[in-house]
Amino acid sequence: MKKVFLIPLVLFFGLVIFLAVGLQRDPKEIPSPLVGKAAPAFKLFTLAENDQTFEPKDMLGQVWMLNVWATWCVACKVEHPLLVEFSKQQNLPIVGLSYKEIQAQDEPLGAKMSPEAKLLLARQRSEKFLQVRGNPYVLTAIDLDGRVGIDYGVYGVPETYVIDQQGVIRYKLVGAITPDILLKKILPLVSELKKT
Amino acid sequence: MSRFVGLLAWPSWMMAFIAPLLAGSLMAAEAQPTAQDPAVEARLVHISGDLRCLVCQNESLASSHAKLADDLREEVRSLIKQNQSDDEIKAFLTARYGDFVLYRPTVKPMTWALWFGPFVLLLVALTAMVLYLRQRQRQAPEAAWTDEELKKAEKLLKDGESA
Repeated sequence: MKKVFLIPLVLFFGLVIFLAVGLQRDPKEIPSPLVGKAAPAFKLFTLAENDQTFEPKDMLGQVWMLNVWATWCVACKVEHPLLVEFSKQQNLPIVGLSYKEIQAQDEPLGAKMSPEAKLLLARQRSEKFLQVRGNPYVLTAIDLDGRVGIDYGVYGVPETYVIDQQGVIRYKLVGAITPDILLKKILPLVSELKKT
Repeated sequence: MSRFVGLLAWPSWMMAFIAPLLAGSLMAAEAQPTAQDPAVEARLVHISGDLRCLVCQNESLASSHAKLADDLREEVRSLIKQNQSDDEIKAFLTARYGDFVLYRPTVKPMTWALWFGPFVLLLVALTAMVLYLRQRQRQAPEAAWTDEELKKAEKLLKDGESA
């Protein structure tokens, strides 16, 4: 009978543990349903002037990283030096996906830019960004209208995907890559994938 | 013109009620400059009310002003025009963004705790309450006073009066 007073105490601590775990979790971290699924196909122009295109199937047979970025994206600037440093190790090819580089406010008031003009401006801005800060990418595909982004479930740049030899998405990260994530999550996964 | 004069002649407290209504109707007209198929728009509003905007997570896709929400609404609009059912459209979005986009997640083993947890808790609480009440009933003495005790009490009361 004496122990009855313990019941609210136990309930209280149960609640505290629930809330503590719940509050620690980042609501921005949404588990992606795409992990374990084939990377959605697309065909986009790249930064190269000669209208070269890129498709994910070009990378079949190798483990690679897809990094979604834009010059207007602040967090991309934060992670950029790390990507540049990482790319020097030649461990993993990084493909850039330029996401909605040209925003509505970039267009002159009252006038719509033609797709060609948008592509040109996107190339100019991205090239300049990469010249100044270094280019970690083997190439960057340009997703002007964000449709490819929707297929990849992009809802905030930067986002990073690791895709295996069969073209299956193995990992997705929303937000800037940190050295910690690179060393503890991405690199072990990549070396694991390369063994198979 | 005469209507405006009439409006101005109204008591000011009435204007306080009417002005926001007028402003609201003006804004509503502004938000949709292009003439769109009203049936498509109605379905868009209906579906996107059940979908979460991923950028500002406490807003529905219908009410969000985030750019991604604009894009997704456009996407949903084109799916509606392709005569896709609500379920197909929701499947399209969950395939990309996960169950998280649904304000009403589908019932499946993963979401059982979410759907039935509250009822389980209610059941546990009700059982606990019934058990507790029964136990209390059992512990209560059958009759509060025995004859002996009653006599004693009466005696005490009488003694008190006489004293």
